[in-house]
Amino acid sequence: MDLAFTKEDIAFRDEVRDFVAKNLPKDIADKVAGGKHLERDDYMRWQQALGRQGWLVYTWPKKHGGPGWTITQRYIFENTCAEMNAPSIIPFGSKMVGPVIYTFGNDEQKQRFLPDIRESSVWWCQGYSEPGSGSDLASLRTKAVREGDHYIVNGSKTWNTMGHWADWIFCLVRTNPEAKQQEGISFLLIDMKTPGITVKPIIMADGGHEVNEVFFDNVRVPAENLVGKEGEGWTYAKFLLANERLGIAAIPQSKRGVEGLKQMAKSERDGAGKTLIDDASFREKIADLEIQVTALEYTELRALSAMAAGGAPGPEVSFLKIRGSEIQQRITELAVEAVGYYAMPYQPALLWHGANEEPIGPDYAHLAAPRYFNVRKTSIYGGSNEIQKNVISKMVLGL
Amino acid sequence: MDLSYSDEQKQIKEGVERFVREQYAFDTRRKIAGSEKGWLPENWAKFAELGWLGMSFSEADGGFGGGAIETMIAMEAFGSGLVLEPYLPTVVMGGGLLAAGGSAAQKEALLAPMIAGEKQFAVAYVEKQARFNLADVAVVAKKDGAGYAISGHKGVVYNAASADTIFVTARTSGGQRDEKGITVFAVDAKSAGITRRDYPTQDALRASELTFDNVKVGADSVVGKVDDGHALFEGVIDRSIVALCAEAVGCMDAINKATLEYIKTRKQFGVPIGKFQVLQHRMVDCFTNAQEARSMTLMAALKIDDADATVRKKAASGAKVQIGKSGKFCGQSAVQMHGGMGVTDELSVSHYFKRLTMIETLFGNQQHHLSRYANLSVAA
Repeated sequence: MDLAFTKEDIAFRDEVRDFVAKNLPKDIADKVAGGKHLERDDYMRWQQALGRQGWLVYTWPKKHGGPGWTITQRYIFENTCAEMNAPSIIPFGSKMVGPVIYTFGNDEQKQRFLPDIRESSVWWCQGYSEPGSGSDLASLRTKAVREGDHYIVNGSKTWNTMGHWADWIFCLVRTNPEAKQQEGISFLLIDMKTPGITVKPIIMADGGHEVNEVFFDNVRVPAENLVGKEGEGWTYAKFLLANERLGIAAIPQSKRGVEGLKQMAKSERDGAGKTLIDDASFREKIADLEIQVTALEYTELRALSAMAAGGAPGPEVSFLKIRGSEIQQRITELAVEAVGYYAMPYQPALLWHGANEEPIGPDYAHLAAPRYFNVRKTSIYGGSNEIQKNVISKMVLGL
Repeated sequence: MDLSYSDEQKQIKEGVERFVREQYAFDTRRKIAGSEKGWLPENWAKFAELGWLGMSFSEADGGFGGGAIETMIAMEAFGSGLVLEPYLPTVVMGGGLLAAGGSAAQKEALLAPMIAGEKQFAVAYVEKQARFNLADVAVVAKKDGAGYAISGHKGVVYNAASADTIFVTARTSGGQRDEKGITVFAVDAKSAGITRRDYPTQDALRASELTFDNVKVGADSVVGKVDDGHALFEGVIDRSIVALCAEAVGCMDAINKATLEYIKTRKQFGVPIGKFQVLQHRMVDCFTNAQEARSMTLMAALKIDDADATVRKKAASGAKVQIGKSGKFCGQSAVQMHGGMGVTDELSVSHYFKRLTMIETLFGNQQHHLSRYANLSVAA
């Protein structure tokens, strides 16, 4: 048992560091470090740089054009990128639909879609949730009716992340209303430029626009865009979610968040002539959070180690999402507490890079409340934490 | 990076788990707890024979070259069966003091026979006014000819009645709460001037109040250096914390397993109570807590021998905070989900709960270690 990286792993880490240093544009790193909103172009510039290196699809096996990295190398890559303020990779293409296509798609689909995903020349988004189907996803009602060589799609999707920037959407649609709920669902790839698609923004509590409603009005989708077999979409949907589970805990980001809190607490005054870091009770709140992050990190390392040894990830990964999201929320909650009154001024312009507006409070304070409001989403998306507990209860505990 | 056990470690794990399975059924344990010593000499002889008493010591010290991971493996299995044999005070604490600070002569006279199963240890460090502050030492050791004379009171000394040697922290100079001026002594348990009041603890172990009245010891009984015992002692307590955390992980796994089994079989309103979502989610939280406790214990075992004392201290305190939190959650939840049966003496659940509760206090509770961690990590 050894916590240390091998010589090869250290050489690999240096290679990643070197690549990030040379290829991550400084303006993007600055935005990430400052907690600013990123534009489509920011994501694309970074992802295309990774794509040119062959690293964007870093979880893919070699035979589908991935680097074929070990579990340890993936871990090093993710951590190094986060430490150096690289933006998170948008998962919809590389981590979600890509693996579904190379696992269940036909050869034409692989040739047509995978190169664009590897290079990030196409932006993908996800069409899963519907206004009437949230936690009960299998009740979805968006219809796809076969007519000759096409499916005619009608219905709507919601909580569609960054669909306003997307070129393509992968959708769960109901192709057989007569079949049992899960068996009537199919997995369809749809060009966002197809007539009949409308994208309507949903403005979130922090004032930001990252999710949308997507409406389908008699949208004609070529039948060749069906992935796998008609009626087996639910199986592919579950495969996609299982693939997503590792990494969703955002541990490197949370480690950075804890460091940020310490910095804030060193700047903020405590009302007793000292700084907030001198307040034992606040210091202990940060300490408690840091211990939670460490527990999560070592849980992930145990899972990675088991996988590297050829085992299954094991039941411990199931709760990484639950605890990871709770920790992300706790970080933002403590930031609001740390900045006190100066969480109050609302300055949405400052969330964008290059704003001329002078911050009203300390330059980190205006972010605290919007971040707090925003990350309430983490315990809701990707299967709410309550649904995750249902899953663990059934699959792991056998209840 | 590789967090899997070696083949030797797997063998140890299987061996200790088999011992617990075959020799520590709940009814057997109850009999052992009520026996004269509160533990079985034949079990101890088996520990020695199987190499469990020496496996975590270096070969130079007469051990088998293992370390914190081997201790963790054994303690976890002991925890799963609520094993009563005094492994923690004798091997981890007493043995740990000798390995870290003992002279060659002390190792030969004390550590070697301990590894052979012939000597038992106790460590007397608790003082009522000190709470969890290891530097608050009021017991004094005065120069007495070539040696020292120790006087004062030590509380809650586990295994003192069975111990051949008692390690005592005493003040040889400085003020009552100075780190400088503390010395560790290895005292023969039969020395004149030691008065014992023996008692059982809440969790069926044995402990004693010890009064030292001018107990004469030789200069050769000093473990480590005179006046510089604090760092030595704190390091050994930190290592003992990791061992204790592993025991707690074993307790949590066992109590969770029992609870899961219970809610699958106990029926109310015509269905197993495990069909109720409110209990399912609480059970998931128990499972999560135990996993986090396991992760933090592993982290601490891997870092406890780090050359940087801050890394070591943070590892021990971080793990102890987690164990306090998780142990309380799993223990209280297990009792609650067992309903009335959970508060009876008849089921093992209440016994695991009692041990987990005492573990929370031993070597400093959650609040103490959170504060220690915060001072090391956040203010730094």
